[in-house]
Amino acid sequence: MQTPSTDQAQGWSVDPQEVERFSRIAAEWWDPKGKFAPLHRFNPVRLSFIRDQALQRFGRDSSARQPFTGLKLLDIGCGGGLLSEPMSRLGFDVTAVDASERNIKTASAHASEQGLDIQFRCSTAETLLEEGAGPFDLILNMEVIEHVADPGAYLRACSQLLAPGGLMIVATMNRTLKALALAKIGAEYILRWLPAGTHDWNKFLKPEELQAFLSSEPVQIEGPFGVSFNPLTGKWVRSGDSDVNYMMTVLKPALV
Amino acid sequence: MTLNAPAPSQPNFDADVIIVGAGMAGMTLALALVSGGLRPLLIDPQTFDAQLASEFDGRSSAIAYSSFRLWKAIGVGEALVSKAQNIEQILVTDGRTPGAANGAASPFFLRFDSAEIADRTDGEPLGYMLENRSIRAALAQAVMDAAIPVLAPATVVSASVDAAAAEVTLSDGRVLRAPLVVGAEGRHSIIRQAAKIGTVGWDYAQSGVVATVAMAKPHEGVAHEYFLPSGPFAILPLTGNRASLVWTEKTDRAEALRSARPEVFEAHLRRRFGDFLGEIEVLGPRFVYPLSLQLAEDMAAPRLVLMGDAAHGVHPIAGQGLNLGLKDAAALAEVLTDAIRLGEDIGSFVVLERYAAWRRFDNVMLAAATDVFVRLFSNDNPMLRFVRGAGMAVVNLIGPARKFFMQEAGGAVGDLPKLLRGEPL
Repeated sequence: MQTPSTDQAQGWSVDPQEVERFSRIAAEWWDPKGKFAPLHRFNPVRLSFIRDQALQRFGRDSSARQPFTGLKLLDIGCGGGLLSEPMSRLGFDVTAVDASERNIKTASAHASEQGLDIQFRCSTAETLLEEGAGPFDLILNMEVIEHVADPGAYLRACSQLLAPGGLMIVATMNRTLKALALAKIGAEYILRWLPAGTHDWNKFLKPEELQAFLSSEPVQIEGPFGVSFNPLTGKWVRSGDSDVNYMMTVLKPALV
Repeated sequence: MTLNAPAPSQPNFDADVIIVGAGMAGMTLALALVSGGLRPLLIDPQTFDAQLASEFDGRSSAIAYSSFRLWKAIGVGEALVSKAQNIEQILVTDGRTPGAANGAASPFFLRFDSAEIADRTDGEPLGYMLENRSIRAALAQAVMDAAIPVLAPATVVSASVDAAAAEVTLSDGRVLRAPLVVGAEGRHSIIRQAAKIGTVGWDYAQSGVVATVAMAKPHEGVAHEYFLPSGPFAILPLTGNRASLVWTEKTDRAEALRSARPEVFEAHLRRRFGDFLGEIEVLGPRFVYPLSLQLAEDMAAPRLVLMGDAAHGVHPIAGQGLNLGLKDAAALAEVLTDAIRLGEDIGSFVVLERYAAWRRFDNVMLAAATDVFVRLFSNDNPMLRFVRGAGMAVVNLIGPARKFFMQEAGGAVGDLPKLLRGEPL
């Protein structure tokens, strides 16, 4: 096995092999025909979920071009910045963090080409917490938890970065046989949407496991909200089916 | 008119979307984008009011009811209602001499009636006939009312893209910058060349002759299509008991007709149509334009996208050229509006590919269908005459198939953009 490179953030949530796997293909994040093409196709459905949840939570004007001005957002496990950039365009003050230095370099270079002001850092949730960073109004925790070393502790650390009245959105994959068939074997080995080895089915999490991880935290959890792929239209849509891809919302009550 | 762009999202952008070509498709796109909250800018080589002159465009267009819904949704329907002639019936006749219209029943004769699809269209007609001049005037007025910046006359000489934007350079040296540039400037698209998108196509060696006539006999909203050996001939009803005649001929004959004296031209028409036309008077100038099929090999590249005739010049046989351009406008406006709401980069290939994928199938199918139609009907081979005649008779007998053809001609088949369903963005 290849030795993980040293250009990684240190911390207990970091799984060096996972980070190395993403570092190797970091240059391809923004290639619409490259290895991340499936993620580009997946992006609109998660963006619209985030937008709708945030509009509702923060009571913002849906007709505004930048409805979220003045709100602080943390994109944890930002990869190439596929979510950080749209969030910045919608007005959020974005901090984007990834454990891979090469991801951060790719993301940072792309965002500055676009003229977007985003704070990119090679770091981890636990480091941010130690430093006293935040708190954040919105935390995006999208397709990250299935790649970290201690998902329970990681999720609790993230929730502690939330501001009172804040919202965290967690997206991941369900540990069902259907997910094994579709998201793991189908997507990686049959359709070749994703490089083989992108996901470890054993690390997928059931919605009730996410709930249990956060039971000690002062937060309300809603969901799961399912997302599924329509092979006829080639589009991802929100659906009642949470067996494969799903999202949860984590709300921290506002101070009284 | 001078450049007076409202504050764009980034200080170095002149607009969200630069539309090269302020024709009917380009202006429709601009208005649709404004309705979705985007800031377009139009550039055209002609002065903006030149296209209103009667010599500029003597053609008329068959407008599918879905296209008319789009115009209503973006606020130009009101201005066009009084100019629009409802098409209540379409009669298609095959033959050396027109037969069906004279009452002599021909077995090879196809009839489409709006009453048959009324259940699906809320009593809308099959479509509308409008003079391009009226369409251009209504759109231009709406563009001015919406304070959309227009640079005209201004000629785009080149376009280039970088990571964040596309730039167009004008002949006077000015450079304009936006996240996205749309090529809506017709068959000789500079934007298509800049995007290095090739074309496929061929010349039909036919030209369209267009003239507007006043008719003595009431046309009652009936559109006639005749398939003559030398090419199709259509009589399309206009308001005020006028009709637009579209005559396709071999190019050399068409040129001779263009320069023929009025009485020769009218005599020619009578010879073609027998007594059917009744007394007619040719109004205004005649227009002759060569017909060809030209399809762009793709509709999108990073930061550059094509619509209308820049993407697909089809044979006008089915009256679908402008409708395709309007469908492009509706689909592109919806894709871009959705993308901007999600904070996406509207010039990115990921976003533009959604539009291209949405429109590709429809455009290529229509181009192929009209091409087959032209080849089938513009031919005097007796075997082909039998085949097409039998085909028409069969289509006439099978209600569902005919309804489908009418819906398709009306633009109501498939995954329709919101604007074509009459819904706002």
